[in-house]
Amino acid sequence: MKLAFQLAYKNLIGAGLRTWLNVAVLSFAFVVIIFFNGLMDGWNQQAKQDTVAWEYGNGQLLNNDYDPFDPFTLQDGHSEILANAENLTPILIQQGSIYPDGRMLSVLLKGIGSSQNIIQIPTGAFKDSQAEIPAIIGKRMAESAKLKKGDEVLLRWRDKNGTFDAANLTIIEVFDNNVSTVDNGQIWLPIEILWNMTGLQNHATIFIANNNYSPIPIEGWHFKSQQELLKNLYEIIAMKKISASILYLLLLAIALLAIFDTQVLSIFRRQKEIGTYISLGMTRKQVVRIFTIEGSMYSLLAMLVGCIYGIPLFIYLATTGIGMPQATQEMGISLAERIFPVFGIQLIIGTILLVTISATIVSYLPAKKIAKMDPVAALKGKLQ
Amino acid sequence: MEDNIVSLKNITKRFKVGEGEFTALKDINLEFKRGEFSGFVGPSGSGKTTLLNIIGSLDSPTEGRAMVLGKDIAKLTHKESAQLRNKHIGFVFQVFNLLPVYTVYENVEFALLLQDYSKAERKKMVMEALEWVGLTDLADKKPDKISGGEGQRVAIARAMVKRPELVIADEPTANLDAANAHVILKMMKKLNKELNTTFLFSTHDEKVMKYLNRTIHLKDGAVEDDVLTNSEKSNA
Repeated sequence: MKLAFQLAYKNLIGAGLRTWLNVAVLSFAFVVIIFFNGLMDGWNQQAKQDTVAWEYGNGQLLNNDYDPFDPFTLQDGHSEILANAENLTPILIQQGSIYPDGRMLSVLLKGIGSSQNIIQIPTGAFKDSQAEIPAIIGKRMAESAKLKKGDEVLLRWRDKNGTFDAANLTIIEVFDNNVSTVDNGQIWLPIEILWNMTGLQNHATIFIANNNYSPIPIEGWHFKSQQELLKNLYEIIAMKKISASILYLLLLAIALLAIFDTQVLSIFRRQKEIGTYISLGMTRKQVVRIFTIEGSMYSLLAMLVGCIYGIPLFIYLATTGIGMPQATQEMGISLAERIFPVFGIQLIIGTILLVTISATIVSYLPAKKIAKMDPVAALKGKLQ
Repeated sequence: MEDNIVSLKNITKRFKVGEGEFTALKDINLEFKRGEFSGFVGPSGSGKTTLLNIIGSLDSPTEGRAMVLGKDIAKLTHKESAQLRNKHIGFVFQVFNLLPVYTVYENVEFALLLQDYSKAERKKMVMEALEWVGLTDLADKKPDKISGGEGQRVAIARAMVKRPELVIADEPTANLDAANAHVILKMMKKLNKELNTTFLFSTHDEKVMKYLNRTIHLKDGAVEDDVLTNSEKSNA
């Protein structure tokens, strides 16, 4: 085997430009595959961390009548706060409308305790506010409603009896975050004020659990763990990975096609060499091995070349991140302004194995013909 | 009989050509002793190369029995015939067939890499083989940097480096000028005498024929004549 590697290496280096063209294409495939996967992993990690930090906490306890995907359940999907709500932050969710610049915007009113510290909504600002109805909104909401800190806007809502009421609320804080599901179309209010506004004293729609919370069965409520809540996010990331993988598989296919083509040509052009190997005492299997290793060594050389420009590039990207355009940040899932790709060892080893095994297979396919080659015809270079 | 290195009995070789068959060798019966310097002579298509390929275990007969160094060529597996070639048979080809990406030294060393020699042993053997053919100073050159005559001398060194019992040379001088052809043939003759290596040629070159101890004339795949020259006797 050592001899096969030595011979394959010599043959590859001796082939000059043909080798380096294949190596260049394959190294590009290496770098792009690792880059795309690293980007996806970075996005996944960032989205998961931010969503947990801003929305899910360690899980959520939901009222049985509340369905997050059905706004009609908001009306009845709440009940009184549990007697023992330790390690839980209650949130009451109600619908309302605001009228910035005369436009009507439907919003979700989310009441939350000012002293909570489970999620990162800056609720501490409520404590310092003197406003009658202090409100916190995210930057996306601020942009879409054209609101800024200190603005007052008319809010209309229904109380528990279905009667409309209206008052001005004051934007006391605009927070910056990556999680659009706590931002778009949402207004955060002190829960006590929302209770008073709606007459739903001590009611909550959901609870957010902290790390010390141990779920126990509670009548009228059901607990969704962090993993269950993140399931949708994982599915979106998986879908993104699949669509991204089409691109890099296409690139890999082009690189492998180049190797396959080179191998087919090489076996055709090097018939006399193959005949010479056999006449010098090599078995056909040994010759097949040399040609197969030659093919798989393309991937090893590509890995080395890829390292030369890939490692500095990956370090740069992992340090500075990749800027995401505004449009993509409003897709509905957590997306930071900059994504920091994560190039884990598992990703790198996985990619090396994928490319090396694929290159070995596409090298073996034409090389196995050598096993059936007539050495006499090969020596004469007469095989077609 | 034990001194016979090659024994061919009723060898017939047929090739498929389209729907029909072409008979390249017809009922060949020949024997070669150790240390012979013999050659097959005849026009193109007379079966010289086919016969050498069978003796060299690169091909097998359609009918008959070819015994080379005590092995029945037709019964050898791929691995066994590879071992026979690797350890006991050296080849010299018309177009040298040097491996282009290797140096002269590496080309000669190649056959030894398939055997269990240490690096030091290989170096000693390669340098000795290069000394035989007078090419030690070209050891680091690639084949495209040496002349045709030098290339064929490298091929001879490659064939001889493992001290084979049999060397098969298929038209070794066909691509060489007269001066180089004589140099090569003298060299082979010297190795034949010093190492008692058996040389079997195929040729239609008059220059080669002058050096042969035994000339076997082939015509249309059959032995036409088997002539002893230079006072040596044939077993045929």
